[in-house]
Amino acid sequence: MDDTLIAAMLASTLRVSTPLILCALAGMFSERSGVVDIGLEGKMLFAAFAAGAAGAAYQSTALALGLGVLVAVALSWMHGLACVSHKGDQVVSGVAINIIAAGMTVVLGIAWFSQGGQTPPVGSDVRIQALFPGLPEALYGIPLVGRIVGEGLLSHNAMVYLALALVPACWWVLFRTRFGLRLRAVGENPQMVDAAGVSVSRLRYAALTINGVLCGLAGAYLVLAQSANFSANMTAGRGFMALAALIFGRWHPVGAFWACLLFGFLDAAAIRLQGVQISGFGEVPVQFIQALPYVLTVVLLAGFIGKAVAPQALGRPYSKER
Amino acid sequence: MNANYALPRWADLVLLPAVCLLVALLAAAGVVAMVGQDPVEVISVLVQGAFGSQRGISYTLYYATTFIFTGLAVAVAFHGGLFNIGGEGQAILGGLGTGLMALWLSHALPAWMMLPLMVLSGALFGAAWAAVPAYLQAYRGSHVVITTIMFNFIASSLLVYLLVNHLRPAGSMSVESAAFAASAKLPGMHEALAAIGIEWDASPLNMSLILALLASAGVYLFLWRTRAGYRLRAVGSSQSAAEYAGINVRHQIVIAMAISGALAGMVGMNEIAGVNGKLLLEFVSGAGFTGIAVALMGRNHPVGIIFASVLFGALFQGGAEVAFEVSGFSREMVVMLQGFIVLFSGAMVYVIAPMLAWVLSKFVKSGVQHG
Repeated sequence: MDDTLIAAMLASTLRVSTPLILCALAGMFSERSGVVDIGLEGKMLFAAFAAGAAGAAYQSTALALGLGVLVAVALSWMHGLACVSHKGDQVVSGVAINIIAAGMTVVLGIAWFSQGGQTPPVGSDVRIQALFPGLPEALYGIPLVGRIVGEGLLSHNAMVYLALALVPACWWVLFRTRFGLRLRAVGENPQMVDAAGVSVSRLRYAALTINGVLCGLAGAYLVLAQSANFSANMTAGRGFMALAALIFGRWHPVGAFWACLLFGFLDAAAIRLQGVQISGFGEVPVQFIQALPYVLTVVLLAGFIGKAVAPQALGRPYSKER
Repeated sequence: MNANYALPRWADLVLLPAVCLLVALLAAAGVVAMVGQDPVEVISVLVQGAFGSQRGISYTLYYATTFIFTGLAVAVAFHGGLFNIGGEGQAILGGLGTGLMALWLSHALPAWMMLPLMVLSGALFGAAWAAVPAYLQAYRGSHVVITTIMFNFIASSLLVYLLVNHLRPAGSMSVESAAFAASAKLPGMHEALAAIGIEWDASPLNMSLILALLASAGVYLFLWRTRAGYRLRAVGSSQSAAEYAGINVRHQIVIAMAISGALAGMVGMNEIAGVNGKLLLEFVSGAGFTGIAVALMGRNHPVGIIFASVLFGALFQGGAEVAFEVSGFSREMVVMLQGFIVLFSGAMVYVIAPMLAWVLSKFVKSGVQHG
């Protein structure tokens, strides 16, 4: 493999992984606090739409990002209202969020922009550009590593680096702060947290708020960095892939990060492997590589490659016993 | 389920779903008004489009047929205490089973042998696809909700792979199989009605509607009139109690999901054998998820599911009509409404039920017991 290919694969892996990382971290906060979140897909989709619509209408990056985050947080709170405050079914609520998002984004898109559910492209000054313009090319002269470091690692926009920085940050919040300790405790044993005089629902709402912010960033990234506009169902299962990565990473930020990179790499590889003959194997079906993250997650969940231990109280609404 | 409210039975079965539906409709009407449409006009076009003509009614019932299958699938799993979110994947596999059987044998066998074989093959494929996550939950402890989501994606990849690489006739550009021979085509309803002397417009509505109604009756008889159904419901209402009663909970989980998958698999009869006459992509198009809304609306009872399916069929048909007639309106409005229905009659029912109980207690003094 030459350095051009390695650099290109590294670059596209990081680009594809970014929304997965943000979304998986979002899911981690919610699920560590004991609230199942299969609505990641819907929140990301709705945030992408909000960012696309605001970006196209107001030509402002900050507004696009802000509205994307706001919409995702609002959906998270709706989830909280249904299944933290009122003890509804968390899975059903998540499914509802996904279906509402899939329908409503297209409805609003057609009504507001009449382009078949798409938003108009946001201007290039609104899009999030590479953080170090010109730097990658300057490094190409260095032998061996120049191209890999330049194109592979330094050609990205700020959100890619933000996602990478959030991995240790989330680890620190979760495992080194009092808030993180309580958050994890409420997902394992809410009765104990309640007995200690800490509000279970307030903690779960806090987790859901962080979850919304991160989902919003993931959705906004899709519109502002990856493509230039919103199109119907543009998340295309990424929310579920992030959920798979979260489980694959055993509800741990660093584990989830590696799983996202792996899934991102498979995604990037699937495009490049189209029609490529591998000696001994023949042609590798692209569909097989696309399905691999889901297959791996099922195999992991079945305990064949280690055990994935979910937070104890995951999926159970908390009510005080009388 | 929740001790804070108690509704009389008629209110629980009829009034509560109606109120949940009303709230969902109001939310959708709010969005309709927000995008500058007149909700009243939209609804009248919708009702007219769904029920105003023979063609409209036929399409409504054609959509309803698919939703009956997926709704029953969700309901049977629910009675076994499982949330089957994998109807989409099971329906894909069911269609694959139906289609493979047709491609394999439809040249050689007559219709009276072919069609039952196709139903059987579709149901078996769907059942097998659902039984794997069920087995993994029962014996390996992996949660069926997550694994069925994963199985949805795996199923759609599998279908794309088979269609692109193996089933597509040589030289064809479109991603679909060869057309089946005539013996693998389920007769349309208009053909069946013509045979007994009733004139009816041609439409995609086909004999699988009868199959769906039979399946509903079968599910009712199974769940409430057989011992096996009783065991299944016992596990659904309390696993530990069922265990003490000597019921093998693990078997029941696999059985419930397999039946559920078989029902979802029969979607293939309506879409593949009844309408398209060949295997193609996207023939399920979200019906697995609509099944969740249908089951929630229909309170997981076959009769309720038939009504809810007709309602959703009408929404899909009427919605398409509205999208055609009213500019700036899209049929995704129906998907959105479906989401609201899942939200209000599934997740937020504990918000609505106590309010309803409170309101009822003001009007009906005797019928309400306070829990």
